[in-house]
Amino acid sequence: MRNAFVAELGNIARNNPNVCLMIGDLGFGVVDKFANEFPDRFINAGISEQNMTSVATGLAMCGNKVYTYSIGNFPTLRCLEQVRNLAAYHNANVKIVSIGAGVAYGGAGITHHATEDLSILRAIPNITIFSPADKDEAIVAAQASFATNGVCYVRLGKGGEQTLHELCAEAETVTDIFKPRKIRSGKGKTVILATGTIATEALKAAEQLYAPLWTIPTVKPLPETFIEQLARDYDTIVTFEEHQIQGGFGGAVSEVVAGLNGNRASVKRIGFDNQFSAQIAPPPEILTYYGITAENLVRQLSEQET
Amino acid sequence: MTNEGLARQIRRDVVEMTHIAHASHVASALSIADIVAVLYNGVMNISPQNADDPNRDRFVLSKGHAGAAVYAALAEKGFIPREELRTYYGMNGTESRLSGHISHKGVPGVEISTGSLGQGVCVACGFALAGKKDGRDYRVFAVVGDGECDEGSVWEMALFAAHTKLNNYTVIVDRNNLQSLKSTEDTIALGDLSAKWKAFGWDVVDIDGHNCGDLKSVLSGKRDKPLCVIAHTVKGKGVSFMENDIVWHYRDPQNEQYEQAIAELGGDPL
Repeated sequence: MRNAFVAELGNIARNNPNVCLMIGDLGFGVVDKFANEFPDRFINAGISEQNMTSVATGLAMCGNKVYTYSIGNFPTLRCLEQVRNLAAYHNANVKIVSIGAGVAYGGAGITHHATEDLSILRAIPNITIFSPADKDEAIVAAQASFATNGVCYVRLGKGGEQTLHELCAEAETVTDIFKPRKIRSGKGKTVILATGTIATEALKAAEQLYAPLWTIPTVKPLPETFIEQLARDYDTIVTFEEHQIQGGFGGAVSEVVAGLNGNRASVKRIGFDNQFSAQIAPPPEILTYYGITAENLVRQLSEQET
Repeated sequence: MTNEGLARQIRRDVVEMTHIAHASHVASALSIADIVAVLYNGVMNISPQNADDPNRDRFVLSKGHAGAAVYAALAEKGFIPREELRTYYGMNGTESRLSGHISHKGVPGVEISTGSLGQGVCVACGFALAGKKDGRDYRVFAVVGDGECDEGSVWEMALFAAHTKLNNYTVIVDRNNLQSLKSTEDTIALGDLSAKWKAFGWDVVDIDGHNCGDLKSVLSGKRDKPLCVIAHTVKGKGVSFMENDIVWHYRDPQNEQYEQAIAELGGDPL
């Protein structure tokens, strides 16, 4: 996913001399091609995310579109005030790219797990948030982040993920990243929404429940009208995210549903529930430990029925 | 207008603005009046007519709490109407563009909003890098407080600007030795700031930050490296009872003190 994104960024940079890539001394083996092809537009800021984000803002305010690239919390929380005061408040063309969404870095430990970034960045005005579920969505996110004015945040997995189309032939081709993407049809009164790479786990749940599944590649703006319609048409909306359920994707969907009068769906949020991802294990085991699985959702829904 | 005359006008305006608004940071603004005057009075290629020109010189006040001094200079140079200075801080019931910590929103001549310390100086570095990338020969100036040098991001920037050889970039440290509660040395000792900037790879010049002639000659020259000017200043400069008194970081001039301040600066109270 990250390779596809950076490759697409290279394609964009080839035709747009104002596209720059700044890294916080990370991206081993991923950014080399960009660096070699565009040496004057590739900047390693060193291990200094505050300065990286600020310099990116300065470059952007002089007409550039600057991608900052690092792992998980480093280009976001580490320099959060620079993101807020400088990039976002000045509506600068700074595009923040973080790698290792959720617990993709597994046993590396919680410093490398991004499990609050969506909640926190979602609260800041002037930021568009892309949370692609697979390589196909990531490529379109690269194009959309370039085309979208102002600050964008792109939350990417680590790499090697299967595409949703490979897992489910019915999955729609990605065209407009701002629209929900139908992955699977279904029946019944439960609909599943997923953002980010956890969509593969959501797909397992959807298959077991014969429920429809959509990915929502933009956490901000959310496709609100679509969610409102789902809330009218279904009894339960399930949200899947590799992230805290407080204020993140599930929280954002809940806000939309809470704004409706009359009969509406309840929202069941699957994700980390106010806990650090402290288990030392590969990602699937961490997700299992914290109940971010199809199995847990199916069990919860069946308990609810009985 | 001479540099000294502009600096005096800035000081009078700063006292008036903080008086009307009951605002803090009068002494911080007085400290940089001469620096700001020299920059806007000919050192920088910036005017109301070229405020959006990509080739203009750029100024960033990283110690955003001293914004009153810059607003005063902008008023004197025709970027904003003089009477607008009375709206500083939005305290008198009229619409205001002039927040206490300097704002760029709708204010011609202000590049960025600052107020959280250690940030403006890094964006200014980005402006300088953009100039190099795009082959433009503008210069970038930033004023940073000495207390602001407590912020680690200042030193991230110092490493970066030296590494990327930004000889179009000048940082002026307002070395008045006082910060919020105490002296800089009693807070987090800064020690030999000149040696520190030099060690980070900058050209460093120590000068009297109230000598307009010295400021002008140092700020006008060309360099091979980024330049750090350690401007030795007096916090509250120009108003006898404010000079070197920590209380004027927060207190606003009222009543007899206001009248005396204006009289010392050679003006008439409102």
